[in-house]
Amino acid sequence: MEHLDYELPSRPQPHRREPLLVGVVGSGNCELLLEGGPPADRCRISIKTSAHGFAPIWTAVVADFAARAAAGGLQIEINDVGATPAVVSLRLDQAIEAWEESANV
Amino acid sequence: MNREQLLPQLFGKTWKPTQSAENFFLGSGEVGTEAGAETVQVIGTAGAAEVGVDLALAMAGAVLDTMRRHPGRAILFLLDTQGQRLRRRDELLGLNGYMAHLAKCVEIARSRGHRILSLVYGQAVSGGYLTTGMMADACYALADAEIKVMNLPAMARITKIPLERLEALAQQSPVFSPGVANYRRMGHLLEVWQGDLAACLGTALHRPLEDDRRSALGRERGGRQCAETVAERVRAHA
Amino acid sequence: MSRSYYEASARERLAGVVDAGSFHEFVPPAARVTSPHLAQLDQPVAFDDGVVVGRATLAGRPVLVAAQEGGFLGGAIGEVHGAKLLGLIERARTERPAALLFLFDSGGVRLHEANAGLVAVSELIRAILRARRDGVRCLGLIGGAGGCFGGTGLIARCCDRLVMSEEGRLAMSGPEVIETARGVEEFDSRDRALVWRVTGGKHRYLLGEADRLVEDDVDQFRAAAADLLDSEAGLTLAAVEREHARLQQRWQRFADCDDAPEIWQRLGVDNPAEVPLLPLDQFLAVADGCRSAP
Repeated sequence: MEHLDYELPSRPQPHRREPLLVGVVGSGNCELLLEGGPPADRCRISIKTSAHGFAPIWTAVVADFAARAAAGGLQIEINDVGATPAVVSLRLDQAIEAWEESANV
Repeated sequence: MNREQLLPQLFGKTWKPTQSAENFFLGSGEVGTEAGAETVQVIGTAGAAEVGVDLALAMAGAVLDTMRRHPGRAILFLLDTQGQRLRRRDELLGLNGYMAHLAKCVEIARSRGHRILSLVYGQAVSGGYLTTGMMADACYALADAEIKVMNLPAMARITKIPLERLEALAQQSPVFSPGVANYRRMGHLLEVWQGDLAACLGTALHRPLEDDRRSALGRERGGRQCAETVAERVRAHA
Repeated sequence: MSRSYYEASARERLAGVVDAGSFHEFVPPAARVTSPHLAQLDQPVAFDDGVVVGRATLAGRPVLVAAQEGGFLGGAIGEVHGAKLLGLIERARTERPAALLFLFDSGGVRLHEANAGLVAVSELIRAILRARRDGVRCLGLIGGAGGCFGGTGLIARCCDRLVMSEEGRLAMSGPEVIETARGVEEFDSRDRALVWRVTGGKHRYLLGEADRLVEDDVDQFRAAAADLLDSEAGLTLAAVEREHARLQQRWQRFADCDDAPEIWQRLGVDNPAEVPLLPLDQFLAVADGCRSAP
């Protein structure tokens, strides 16, 4: 298993809600757990992946996501089984969408 | 140990067979206890029996028969099984349904006051053990018996984890590798029997009955450190 | 709108089967109650260990519900996964919901923690049967991509009632396991038609192993489950004796059959070869006239 941790600047996410789980820990897929916690303009992303040696790709994918999405104030933990960058990006966007859809506030 | 060695050690000359096939046997024997001699009804498999539809049905029938003819008598499963029969015909007929039926018969017997005990004297593997011996109020095994889901080479093939890795981990972890000692640490086996087997059975017949506390035993013995806690958290979650 | 039950994840199925917005999860993912055994084998964990448990309402009535995620290690039962199910069953004994609902999607015991998994399966079988003696109504739904095999196939057949789709599969040993042990002549696991003939919903319905057969649609599973909330529940000697007679009769009638169509023919199906192709409504019209009663 490889562990990767990031803390990135991101636009504040305006909505608050209960922790949210998206995706499945299956081959070529990943699950994401979203929770509040970090400062409003920071996004923390923590990855555990069974695919070794892809740190540069993860760095690019999460930097791109943090720049594009309103993920500030969110902590995102990912359990990954070799999802492609495209799948990871899709799951991240789905997660933000789901977070906003069923937000409490 | 084979059944010819086992039965005299458990019952001496009191063993009365009522059915004896290559892979299946029924009968009764007497066991001396503090309260005098007690008769025990035996349902046994032998010769590393494969449990198919026919054998599951025969065992279920034996449990129902015991309820009819000997209300309240203790039932002892004596097991040597290589697991469920791996045949298309058995699956066509719904082997899991037959095995589940056996489990239901055992549960009904328990509810009607039959004490249910099991002893693995040969091997016990997965499906052959789940709805027979594992349904007992208290599960026992001989020290030289074998209990497993599958052997490590097959496990390595299916999980794609190198065999050397599994073998090395098996030295320190009781959680996946075969062995009676591991199933004791899991909390599944109440005890491993050695020495005077008749005395072991006599004691087992008078142990206070309690609900399934294998999760708690697994934590006490360090084999399953979280099962009991997790179940409790689910029970108590607001 | 029709939504495939087979393609959906455990959480999607669960959300669609119970009343909208009514689900409340016990020990949710944020509690991070994960398997303590997978890390040593370099396997990723899942925050819910592959099973979602909680309470909800179904048709306005309280239910306790569990959904297995077949996408995570085949939905297989390990220590934590099993303990979550066990806690839920024990909870049902005191809470007395209208039903205890299992959305099965699992290959059985998780090999990475095989001993803990096997013991857990035996605890679950005992707990379900004990709960049924108390009158807790246990309903199982089978239509996920992982099927329902091994220990989970036993647990399922310990329930009061089962709902399946044609796509659902229910058996003891999976076809791959049999092929590995006995060769491709015994069971060709790549022959999808054969696999579904032997383990699929239509055969299980005709045999009387499944109580309801529905389309591969979340809403149809929901409707069937809601409908079964008033079905007879309990585990009695009389019921077990009736089952014994049925199983004995099945064995006497079909023990020499090599493939499902032979059984269907003996049951009285006119054109057994057509059964796999029949749409659900036409199949039910044929099957309900001749199938073995559950």
